Amino acid sequence: MHEMGIALQIIEIATESIPAEHVGARVERVYLEVGKLAAVVPESLRFCFGIASEKTPLDGAELVIEEIPVIARCRDCNHQWTIEQAAFSCIACNGGNIELLSGRELDIRSIEITDEDAPHGHE
Amino acid sequence: MDMNNHRTPLHRHHKDGHHRHPHSQSHPRGGFDNAPRESGTREIQVVRRVLDANDVIAEQNRTLFADKGVFVLNVMSSPGSGKTTTLEQTLGEILPEIRCAVIVGDICTTNDADRLSASGTPVIQINTDEFGGDCHLAAHVIGNALGGLDLETLDLLIVENVGNLVCPAEFDIGEDSRVVVLSVTEGEDKPLKYPLMFRECETALLNKIDLLPYLDFDKDLAVRNIRQVHPEMPVFEISAKTMEGFTPWLEWLKGKVAAKTGR
Repeated sequence: MHEMGIALQIIEIATESIPAEHVGARVERVYLEVGKLAAVVPESLRFCFGIASEKTPLDGAELVIEEIPVIARCRDCNHQWTIEQAAFSCIACNGGNIELLSGRELDIRSIEITDEDAPHGHE
Repeated sequence: MDMNNHRTPLHRHHKDGHHRHPHSQSHPRGGFDNAPRESGTREIQVVRRVLDANDVIAEQNRTLFADKGVFVLNVMSSPGSGKTTTLEQTLGEILPEIRCAVIVGDICTTNDADRLSASGTPVIQINTDEFGGDCHLAAHVIGNALGGLDLETLDLLIVENVGNLVCPAEFDIGEDSRVVVLSVTEGEDKPLKYPLMFRECETALLNKIDLLPYLDFDKDLAVRNIRQVHPEMPVFEISAKTMEGFTPWLEWLKGKVAAKTGR
């Protein structure tokens, strides 16, 4: 439900991240990491991003979303596993003292921009 | 508890995201050397949390709350779970020994604020439609609302978030603790459907237990589901209508406030 706000943040961060020497470049792709536990629906985010990016350097950019699995580690027995369903007890010792190593990401990894200096740049 | 893990800023090197020598050598996708690609594009490493801006303000709020010695509780639930009634009853029991204020978030209306003000507590109503109809309270909205409160005179600030089991869980506002209210008129499987909310909260209130005789709600299953998502989570079974079960909840809250304020 807050995907529009997230889309706007992505556009802001991506625009800021265009290096000064490439000012005016268009952003072709945004690589995003979204943990499976994050409260974000990728389809909804793509939809909002498409609307919000109009008339920005990201107009028409592709949002490449990598979903990150929920990986847990048991602090008691040190077992590490991937959580597929909403069950957060250790599958080895049944303990509840676990930490999540991944799955909460909502991170921009990188952006891909047009580059006129590239060897085989298209028009 | 690992509920705070995400609050650790993962990547705070905002301004240096586009220099020529990336930090990490092991990006699986490659191409982070910022070199031109054959496709005519160039990949620029960014590595920032999307909600970075929110997290920065949340930390400012947290520092301010620590300076002023105010315990901040973020109360979340789906619409109609009884948050406002629970808070009305809670305020009635802890005032005036604990000096309280409430920030109430709703998309529209001041109904909740009007009810809570009756206790004499300072109440600030935030209508998120002024901010685009947001489904949650973000850190900057809380930060702005603080101008209307004298934090020096407070022990406890309660934030009644917008009724929603999804989005508020994603937004740190600088609170000390989060509590989720689940009522027995909702499904037992809510914790499984909204695991992030139940993971992120420290405590759960299972409300409206006075209605149990009239419902098919399996209370034990609901508690099992909560613990499946968040093992060892304290669950207080209450009725905000009859005050049944309030004593352990109030003791928990008073203990938290005392630990923060030293009073």
